Amino acid sequence: MSQRKAVALISGGLDSMLAARVVQSQGIHVEGINFFTGFCVEGHTHAIRRQPGDKPKRNNALWVAEQLGIKLHIIDVSTPYKQVMLNPRHGYGQHLNPCLDCKVFMVGEARRWMEEHGFDFIITGEVIGQRPMSQRKATLPIVARESGAEDRLLRPLCAHNLLPTLPEREGWVDRAQLHGFHGRNRKPQIALAEQLGLTEYAQPAGGCCFLTDPNYSSKLADLWQHRGVRDYELDDIMLLKVGRHIRPRPHFKLIISREEGENNFLEGYRKEFTHLRPLSHPGPLCLIDGSANDADLLLAARIVARFSQGRMAEQVELELVQPDHPPRRLSVAPLPPTELPESWYL
Amino acid sequence: MKHQLDARRLLCPLPVIRTQARVATLQPGDLLEVIATDPGVRHDLPAWCRVHGHQLIEIVEQEREIHVTLEVGG
Repeated sequence: MSQRKAVALISGGLDSMLAARVVQSQGIHVEGINFFTGFCVEGHTHAIRRQPGDKPKRNNALWVAEQLGIKLHIIDVSTPYKQVMLNPRHGYGQHLNPCLDCKVFMVGEARRWMEEHGFDFIITGEVIGQRPMSQRKATLPIVARESGAEDRLLRPLCAHNLLPTLPEREGWVDRAQLHGFHGRNRKPQIALAEQLGLTEYAQPAGGCCFLTDPNYSSKLADLWQHRGVRDYELDDIMLLKVGRHIRPRPHFKLIISREEGENNFLEGYRKEFTHLRPLSHPGPLCLIDGSANDADLLLAARIVARFSQGRMAEQVELELVQPDHPPRRLSVAPLPPTELPESWYL
Repeated sequence: MKHQLDARRLLCPLPVIRTQARVATLQPGDLLEVIATDPGVRHDLPAWCRVHGHQLIEIVEQEREIHVTLEVGG
């Protein structure tokens, strides 16, 4: 019999790492797959907001693959993912996180990959009861069914709590060597990691998706509300990760960098946006999203001056650049903090 | 044969994804120079090369650009 092959969904966290290792240790050839939706926390903000003294950030999924000695295929699904995000059949979680639809989508993509590459089954690190939306006893069968993976979807960490899958029934993997984890307790996973000799693993704080972040979700909802359409481009969702977002008027908002890394990142968008930059004092780059008239631009300049090192000065000089217009110089009084209401911050 | 990939302004993992797609079209022994601006490529591209059996040739930083050259494995 030829060696059986499994594709493992690798997030970069401990559970998917363990699931892959458990199956790999039974002599199965395992390769990893990791999806880029555009909302992934992994990499982006770390790349943008580099603080002095930060440890260099690694891509945890690649790091896990290296620890396991498996190939990792990173797939850009940001375009098809839009439909999942905008029209989730099973609705959203606490914020704009379509977790169950997301899982169905990812396992479905893994199934397609498995079929195209002649693999036999799919592995995930799901654990019953670990997540309130996508990892419940009632929702795990939905993922298997709606993804089309059916009984070729093996969850090695909680297999004992589920009916035997094809790889178990066919004897490709030994069910006795799988596990029966459930709930949010992490101790069994930590003990298994120790048993398997995995001493280092990522412990992501706050999940791996921006959509579970209340601030991010609220900025996305604001974007839809003020554009009058529930839609986005990749650049939109990238820019929501960066800077202070301040909406002084319904028809425009400011994206103001908070530090050098964000400044550098926003530089890349200068040509597409009206933007402001302090000249007389060090200060942030600000992109203006929306249609601002001259009065709006003056207000915007005063807000940007307030975030510059000239915030206590009487006047701050700024450069205003509008696409297809020559640059202009503005001299404004920085807006006092009392005139910048909290409600403008997104 | 030496090829070039412009991955400037892309944030990780996009430079890795673009590299992966480009390498899939190349022959073993071909060289690919990836030009990126995300400092994450200094770690991610070497790691990607290691897990896929490609050879990292060099990483050169020029002002804000990072040039990563790799040789496609067999």
